Amino acid sequence: MDLSYSPQELAFRDEIRAFLADRLPDDLRAKVRGEGELSKADMDRWHAILQQKGWLAQNWPKEFGGAAWNAVQRHIFEEEAARADAPRIVPFGLGMLAPVLMKFGSKAQQDYYLPRILSGEDWWCQGYSEPGAGSDLASLKTRAVRDGDHYVVNGQKTWTTLGQHANRIFCLVRTDPDAKQQEGISFLLIDMDTPGIDIRPIVLLDGSREVNEVFFDNVRVPAENLIGEENKGWTYAKYLLTHERTNIAGVGFSQAGLDAVKRMARTRMQGGKPLLENPHFAARLARVEIDLMAMATTNLRIISQAAAGQAPGVESSMLKVKGTIIRQEINDLARRAAGPYAMPFPSETIEGANEPRIGPEGAGPAAAQYFNNRKLSIFGGSNEIQRGIIAKVKLGGGK
Amino acid sequence: MNFDLTDERRMLQDTLRRFLTDRYTPAARNAILDSEDGFSAEIWSALAELGVLGALFCEADSGFGGAGFDISTVFEELGRAGVVEPLLDTAILGGGLLADLGGASQRELLGAVIGGTLHLAFAHGEPNSRYDLSRIETTASREGGNLVLNGRKAVVVNAEAAEYLIVSARESGGPDDGDGISLFLIPKETEGLSLRGYPLISGGRAAEVVLDNVALPETARLGPAGGAFPAMQTAVARANVALAAEALGAMETATGLTRDYLQTRKQFGRPIGTFQALQHRFADLLIELEQARSAVINAAGHLEESPEIRDLHIAAARNLIGRAGRLVAEEAIQMHGGIGMTREYELAHVAKRIVMTDHRLGDTDWHLERFIALASA
Ligand SMILES: Cc1cc2nc3c(=O)[nH]c(=O)nc-3n(C[C@H](O)[C@H](O)[C@H](O)COP(=O)(O)OP(=O)(O)OC[C@H]3O[C@@H](n4cnc5c(N)ncnc54)[C@H](O)[C@@H]3O)c2cc1C
Repeated sequence: MDLSYSPQELAFRDEIRAFLADRLPDDLRAKVRGEGELSKADMDRWHAILQQKGWLAQNWPKEFGGAAWNAVQRHIFEEEAARADAPRIVPFGLGMLAPVLMKFGSKAQQDYYLPRILSGEDWWCQGYSEPGAGSDLASLKTRAVRDGDHYVVNGQKTWTTLGQHANRIFCLVRTDPDAKQQEGISFLLIDMDTPGIDIRPIVLLDGSREVNEVFFDNVRVPAENLIGEENKGWTYAKYLLTHERTNIAGVGFSQAGLDAVKRMARTRMQGGKPLLENPHFAARLARVEIDLMAMATTNLRIISQAAAGQAPGVESSMLKVKGTIIRQEINDLARRAAGPYAMPFPSETIEGANEPRIGPEGAGPAAAQYFNNRKLSIFGGSNEIQRGIIAKVKLGGGK
Repeated sequence: MNFDLTDERRMLQDTLRRFLTDRYTPAARNAILDSEDGFSAEIWSALAELGVLGALFCEADSGFGGAGFDISTVFEELGRAGVVEPLLDTAILGGGLLADLGGASQRELLGAVIGGTLHLAFAHGEPNSRYDLSRIETTASREGGNLVLNGRKAVVVNAEAAEYLIVSARESGGPDDGDGISLFLIPKETEGLSLRGYPLISGGRAAEVVLDNVALPETARLGPAGGAFPAMQTAVARANVALAAEALGAMETATGLTRDYLQTRKQFGRPIGTFQALQHRFADLLIELEQARSAVINAAGHLEESPEIRDLHIAAARNLIGRAGRLVAEEAIQMHGGIGMTREYELAHVAKRIVMTDHRLGDTDWHLERFIALASA
């Protein structure tokens, strides 16, 4: 047993650190800290900076232009990037679709789409969920009917994250309504500019505009946009899910969040003392920190198994549940630390760039982030679904 | 022993509930949230006409209520409907202080408050005071025949709509002494007083207030020089009953919406309320809701007792509601899935009201510490 990184890993970490210190623009860093909302241009800019260095497609093999990092390296990057308040790499094209293309896509699809993901020319969004199909994804109803060399798509997707920036959407659609639920689904790539697509924003409770509804009304999609075989989409989607669940624990985000809470609690006073010295606040903080220390090690244990080629099973569900609980708890601490200054609504108090901020640093976005991050336990397979998986596997005699 | 509301209070409850069900629909409320003023003048006048403001004052102060259970009855209904109009600020805090401390001419304003034509705001908290009630750095010093105020006030709810601010300032004593604090009734247009307004995340508006050599005559003082603190504690106690009751009402709505959703939303071919994993958690919410209701009853029922007993029950209620409220808000959202995250849907608003209660006049831990201090005294 050796709890520390190897010399090579440490050197790798130092290289990442130096790069972030050197190349991460201050304005992006400030926005990630909550002093504003990242625009599409901001995210594209960060992607381009990483791509220039060859670090954008971290999990892609070299032959496709990726960095081919192993799980430990990816983890080190994620941890350092979160600590440095770097924007998150938008995962839909790079982390979700690309692995599916590489494994199940045709050569022509790979040659066409993969470079466009790297260059930022294509921005993908994920069209899985529907109003009636959330946790029960396999009940999805969006229909695709073959008509000559096209599919005609009708239906609705929802909760489509950052769909407003996307020019393409990968969708699960029903191609065989008579087959068993999972067996009638296909995986289709759709151009967002196709006539008949209508996208409408959904405003979330914190006022953020990150999700959308996407409506399909007789949308004609070339049949060559089908991934793999018709009615095999569920298999591909499940494969994708194993990729969606890397960095699921969000340890880096939690560490960055905890640092931010401590910064705020050092300067906020209660009863004439810094909040950090208040026994009740300190106890809350300590409990989360203790959980996070253990979580970080759990995460590394699973990552090093993965780096050794072992596919994670229920462990990723465990990381999802505990990791999101910890992140949400840290958001809760941040709002508490902000005190009365958690009340001002940030979009209007911080966007007027020339006006000084209301309240101390970090207070403005605290409540909004707390409310927004309730999503962490809902999406990507809700925490109830994850617990169900753990119990089913462990009680049902699975691995 | 009798836990029923009096007939008068039951009527008040019915009237208010009917009015809010008709007029304070989610659509109307969403329009109010988007409005520039952050609340509706029409709703405000209508509430005054219904006697809702009057119910928060006792007869000697031109009202017809004013007791703990009047406050809890009104605010529970406001909470159920997610009302953002500033009854807490204008009536309970502002009006309460005016009624308690005002001289004859100051008290003349009470009619307008109860009539719904005058707004007030309590400009008390400061950038460094957090929730500590006696931590006042704003100063009032004598210069010639005037009193001159200097300082900053933080997150003053309803300051922009208010014609008068009730400002706390220190005339003597150290930064954390209760003694030495005075209150001043200051017309908002007074020279040297400036506001920077902004919306609040759970509705309504507040402002940062700067007092820069605000010169006032002695007659602007509300109550005794340096001796306003006990009255402030009383007003804040009443406000805490209001806040706890409001959160209780919002929790009722959140659990009600959740119950409906669990019964109607289907996944895997059946209502999600048939999954035991959710059933138990829903049951826990109902248990906590009843605990919250009792805590509010305890606080309202002891509001007229000695400050020690009163404040013990209030600290208990705010601590319990802080814990139960967070649970209800978070679990209600969780059990709704994505829908619970959308601004349009009623749950999002009431969940925000519940959680943000924890940022006014003391949070869960602050009230826990109050409780420990009072219980061991
Ligand atoms: C901010 C956000 C972004 C999203 N982004 C995307 C995106 O980009 N693309 C996309 O396709 N989707 C996206 N989603 C959708 C997300 O995947 C779904 O919200 C999620 O699958 C849950 O589905 P639902 O919201 O319909 O809730 P439901 O499935 O209706 O669940 C409601 C509640 O019931 C519980 N529940 C359901 N079934 C069971 C069961 N068997 N046992 C116990 N409890 C159960 C759930 O856990 C939840 O608490 C996003 C969601 C959010 C909130």
